[in-house]
Amino acid sequence: MSFFETNIGILAIVIGQCFLVMLCVLASLAFIMYGERKVWGLLQLRRGPNVVGPFGILQSFADLLKHVFKEIIVPTESDKVVFFLAPLISFVLALIAWVVVPFDDGWVVSNINIGILYLFAVSSLEVYGVIMGGWASNSKYPFLGSLRSASQMISYEVSIGFIIIGVIISAGSLNLSEIVLAQKSDYGLLSWFWLPHLPMVFFFLVSALAETNRPPFDLPEAEAELVAGYQVEYTSTPYLLFMIGELSAVLLMTALITILFFGGWLSPVPSLPDGFFWMFSKMLLFFFVFSLIKGLVPRYRYDQLMRLGWKVMLPVSLGWVVFVSFMAHFKLLNYARW
Amino acid sequence: MTGYLEEYFPLVVFFGLSLAFGLILMLAPLVTAVSNPDNEKNSAYECGFEPFESARLKFDIRFYLVAILFVIFDLEVAFLFPWAVGFQHIGSLGFWSMMLFLLILTIGFLYEWKKGALEWE
Repeated sequence: MSFFETNIGILAIVIGQCFLVMLCVLASLAFIMYGERKVWGLLQLRRGPNVVGPFGILQSFADLLKHVFKEIIVPTESDKVVFFLAPLISFVLALIAWVVVPFDDGWVVSNINIGILYLFAVSSLEVYGVIMGGWASNSKYPFLGSLRSASQMISYEVSIGFIIIGVIISAGSLNLSEIVLAQKSDYGLLSWFWLPHLPMVFFFLVSALAETNRPPFDLPEAEAELVAGYQVEYTSTPYLLFMIGELSAVLLMTALITILFFGGWLSPVPSLPDGFFWMFSKMLLFFFVFSLIKGLVPRYRYDQLMRLGWKVMLPVSLGWVVFVSFMAHFKLLNYARW
Repeated sequence: MTGYLEEYFPLVVFFGLSLAFGLILMLAPLVTAVSNPDNEKNSAYECGFEPFESARLKFDIRFYLVAILFVIFDLEVAFLFPWAVGFQHIGSLGFWSMMLFLLILTIGFLYEWKKGALEWE
């Protein structure tokens, strides 16, 4: 019996895997933040970060150091425990979602059979970080920002849920790897779920933007009216934890779109090998789309946002669930892949 | 360890690791940064004014309404998950009973809509 079959050996492997995934996610967040700022810079005809390191590529690490060396300010009126619990919750929940994401065939830390349900649950819980942070600050702007943010996030979560249900009916499994493998065939990208579920790809994109408080739905931190929303009273690393959590949630949404609709690690052309490279480039592509949207689209008004969520997204995605289940039940057009 | 637990074990480890990492990041400024608080710096931010009153404000009833609607529809989604994953095994009976359930919910949704519960002006 070798070392890696003993209990301690297994534990060491698990810790090593978790550490590796966490470091990779955090490092890619740093570079993706830099890339996003470069994209905005180009859209606004300026250079973007270009001082720290070659082409400014180390900008995010300089930002990290800056945050670590800043003073933590604790507002006198605030609820101290909840005030510091909120960014921690936001950070931890955003990170632990990555444990079930498959990056390649078998490249997943925890291959649980309810993967997508777990992701759905974790992203639902993320609203707690926001609302606790806004409430505990005991200041008016954060309070209003957190109220808005909470009701926005829960509104769009329902339609994300319905969209996921449609894909599950097609794939016949809650396991993320099996959802990807259900899209595998000899036709490359034509057999991925984006084709049968085409309208839902756009709905998912919009819901993902709203769910992660990204522009054009960044009402919670609309700087013209609420300064910075629920983050107003936060400084130093607690603020940094909120930022990392938010960005990680955005990246998770790109991973989710890739897995649900665009075949995860599968190659778009049948003759090319599948692999991690495809997963990574698809995620980057969607992140680029998210950045473009942030630079190009003006912000929604709050009543428009809620109307879109409840009167358009919800009924249409519910109708789509009914449509897909009819197609799958009567075995029409290859909607059922089991 | 059973196979079932083996799959969930990394989840706990990952949770512990990210909690530890978050705590380290959060506590680092206690060591690395200066701390000289004063009254003005620690007061709540309100565009440079002294805060006028407590921030525990009354808020619009519609936020509460949205929360209640969310509970109904999210429960519905949670109910759909096992149905969707077992879709291939449940046959016609399972399929049509869920369609009936969705029909009843849609009627409820239309009622809410007509009553104006979804209006934000």
